[in-house]
Amino acid sequence: MRTGLPVSLVIVVALLAALPLAFTANTMLNFLTFVMIVTLAAQGWNLLAGFGGQFSFGHAAFFGMGAYAMAILQVRYGINAWLALPLAMALGAVVGFFLGFLSFRAQLRGSYFALVTLAFAEVFRILANASSFTNGAAGILVPLKTSAADFQFADRRWFYWVALAFVALVLALTYHISRTRFGAHLVAVRENEEAARALGVDAFRTKLKAITLSGAITATAGCLYTQKFLYIDANLAFGPWISVEALLAPIIGGMGTVLGPLAGAMMLLGLGEVTKSLFAMLLGGSIPGVDLVVFGVLLILCVAFAPQGVMGAIKRFSSRGAP
Amino acid sequence: MSTLLTCENVTKRFGGLLAVDNASLTVEAGSITGLIGPNGAGKTTLFTMISGFAEPTSGRVMFEGRDITALPAHIRAAQGIARTFQIVQPFAGLSVHENIAVGAYLRHAGRTEAMDKAEAVAREVGLDAMLAQPAGALTVAGRKRLELARALATEPRLLLLDEVLAGLNPSEIRDMIPVLQAIRSRGVTILIVEHVMQAVMQLCDTVYVLAQGRMIASGAPGEVAHDQGVVEAYLGHGAARKMQAHHEAKS
Repeated sequence: MRTGLPVSLVIVVALLAALPLAFTANTMLNFLTFVMIVTLAAQGWNLLAGFGGQFSFGHAAFFGMGAYAMAILQVRYGINAWLALPLAMALGAVVGFFLGFLSFRAQLRGSYFALVTLAFAEVFRILANASSFTNGAAGILVPLKTSAADFQFADRRWFYWVALAFVALVLALTYHISRTRFGAHLVAVRENEEAARALGVDAFRTKLKAITLSGAITATAGCLYTQKFLYIDANLAFGPWISVEALLAPIIGGMGTVLGPLAGAMMLLGLGEVTKSLFAMLLGGSIPGVDLVVFGVLLILCVAFAPQGVMGAIKRFSSRGAP
Repeated sequence: MSTLLTCENVTKRFGGLLAVDNASLTVEAGSITGLIGPNGAGKTTLFTMISGFAEPTSGRVMFEGRDITALPAHIRAAQGIARTFQIVQPFAGLSVHENIAVGAYLRHAGRTEAMDKAEAVAREVGLDAMLAQPAGALTVAGRKRLELARALATEPRLLLLDEVLAGLNPSEIRDMIPVLQAIRSRGVTILIVEHVMQAVMQLCDTVYVLAQGRMIASGAPGEVAHDQGVVEAYLGHGAARKMQAHHEAKS
């Protein structure tokens, strides 16, 4: 990379890295780690949909592929977690390539593409729930081996920092892509595929490249999920919840921006948690799903008042303040 | 002059509709060639087949002696054919500069080089003052220039212009003509579909006339304008004879 990373990215990552020093409670660290995992999944979605305009409703397919590969490679084949990680990422890329090849070759766009991705994720979920290879509905338990050599950490802070490192890497990668020919082609395809082709852009290859990368990134989030919680089943790995959060975070944070998925995941999950604990405090018991109500309200507010998301609002605000 | 582009007996059928019927044309290198004809004559359809957005039902398209009939649009762009769209297609969410850079990336892999090239092209078509503006904020005339700039940024040898002057007012058209002449004078061959006759007469070396999918005349603009078949294609059957009679009666 010839151009240095912008200061804003460095500052954001440094602040996030310092958070565990200020908040040491386990619940807080668990929450922050979860935010990083969702951010990573959302970053994968953002590359394909935010930059490339190909809206997927089924990023659970990649997330679950990463999560299951990570678990199965360790439990069934006794492969070390650090070795399983790149294999699981590669598998996510392969699934992305395969899905992209089929749907982009068939020239699926817009809602048709979205529906096909949704169908893929659901098929994977049903298969994982039924097949004995994935241990069916019982799910897979990864044995507890708390050592860094097994990608498990006695100290929760370390897991958070590792997850943050992945997020930071993808931030840098996304920023880099946004300033390359591939990034320009991707955005051109999003804005107007026909005009892009007239200018020499191979739309099929561009989209295929994007979905392959996107699959690998979101699969990495799945890997982290497995290592963090050491248990997965079909609904956790391939369930629609992660498809929804992977797309809500960038939409609320700002699609097609480098920091959008991170900002969105922070806001989404943060407000979700706050509401949950508020209700628990006021009513003395938790209401399951109340955070989903918050997600819905946030989405509506965003669509109505900040269609460019948080990052767009910040940009508008700061340019208004500038002379 | 050598031949840059040839269409040989190109036919395009959409179901029962024969949009282009056995049309042939030749574009000499370094020329400005016009393609005119009444609405619905098949001009844009012929353009889409030359630029690779549609494949002819039969016939061949040759570029620099190679058969390009089956090549997809982005490969043709790489080989040196650029087109503009009759209905402008800006990347609305991007700035003017970024819009043009997408074209420039075709021959310049690096961001700095592509952005520099885009700026140079913007200056050539008179968009340099609006580089930072979002493309969606441009006027019609500005968008037409942007179409032209993006196509030019791919550094084509053949530029296909689909009604770049349509929707412009007379003074905007007057501003645009020298821009097109300057592009030609630095070696870019132009094939232009146009309804603005004043511009066609002023710009073109050769004009082809398409009516109901068939090529009915070709030649220097002055000759073609007085061709009986052409007058009838525009004004209806018998029009040429009536006009002749009218002229004779007056004299």
